[in-house]
Amino acid sequence: MINELLFMNGYGAYVLSAFSFTLVSFSALYLITKIQFIKEQNKFVAKFGSLNSKKAKSATSQRINKEILANATNN
Amino acid sequence: MFKFFEPNKIFQITSRAPKYVLFLFIVVLSVGLTEALFLSPEDYKQSDAVRIMYVHVPSAWISLGIFSSITLLSISGFIFKNKNFFLISKSLAPSGFVFNIIALVTGSIWGKPTWGTWWAWDARITSMLILALFYAMYLISWRIYESEEKVFKITTFITILGIINVPIIKYSVDWWNTLHQPASINILAKSSIHSSMLFPLLIMTAAFALFALLIFLMKYNTELIKIKNKGLDRL
Repeated sequence: MINELLFMNGYGAYVLSAFSFTLVSFSALYLITKIQFIKEQNKFVAKFGSLNSKKAKSATSQRINKEILANATNN
Repeated sequence: MFKFFEPNKIFQITSRAPKYVLFLFIVVLSVGLTEALFLSPEDYKQSDAVRIMYVHVPSAWISLGIFSSITLLSISGFIFKNKNFFLISKSLAPSGFVFNIIALVTGSIWGKPTWGTWWAWDARITSMLILALFYAMYLISWRIYESEEKVFKITTFITILGIINVPIIKYSVDWWNTLHQPASINILAKSSIHSSMLFPLLIMTAAFALFALLIFLMKYNTELIKIKNKGLDRL
C-alpha cells in the first residue's frame, strides 16, 4: 500500500522530488528570515541596554520601541 | 489616508500576526498536501505526474502576483513619496523570488516525464527565467546602494522594466507555439480543469499565499527594527 503510494505509477521520484524541493525551500526561507529577525531584535535590545536613563526614557516614549522590547522579552 | 499604514501604528499588528499566520499555514498546507498527494485523482494522460501541478502552478501564480504588487507599490511610493510602500515592496521580494525559483525547478522536474526534457527555451519558461533575473536585480539593488533616494529610483525602474514581462508570461502560451498548454483556469470563463483537481489546487494556492504573508510579516518587522536600531544610534 505504502509502496504503491510512493511509486505513483513510476512518477514517484519526480513528484516527491518536486514536493521536497518546495518544502526545503520554504524551510530555508523561513529559517533565514527568522534568524535575521532575531539578530536585529537582539541588536536593538543590546543598544537599548547601553542607553543612559534619559535617552532610554526618550526611546520608550515611542510605542513601537516598547513593542519591540516587549516582543523580545516574550520570545 | 496613508497615515493609517504608518509603521508605528501597524507594528502592534504585524509583530503579533506571524504566529497565527504560521499556525494557519501549517493547517492549510497539511490539508493541501493530503489532497494533492493522496486524494486527488491521477490524470488520464499524465498519470500521477500531474501532482507536480499542485506545487508548480501556485508558485508561478504567487511569484507573478508578488512582482505585480511590488511594481504597484514602488510606483505609488515614488508618486506619493511614501517610504513605507518601498519597505513593503522590499519585504515582499524574497518570497516572490523563492516562489519564482520553485516554479522553475518544479517545472523542470515536471518537464522530464511529460516532455522528455528538463529544460527547453520555450516562451513561458524563458519569460519566467527573465522574471527571476528581475527579482535578483531588485534584491541585489537593495544590498548594493546605500542612499535611500538612489535605491528607491533604481528599484522602481527595475520593477517598471520587469512588469513588461508579466503579460508576456501570461499570454506567451497564446502568442507563441510553446510546450505549455493554454490556461486551464479562467476567472471570467468556464475553467477546463475538473473540480476534483481544482479544489486541491486552490487549497495549495491558499497555503502558499499564507506562507508568502508569513515571510512578508517577518521581513517587514525585521526592516522596522533595523530602522529603529538606526534611530537609537541617533539619540
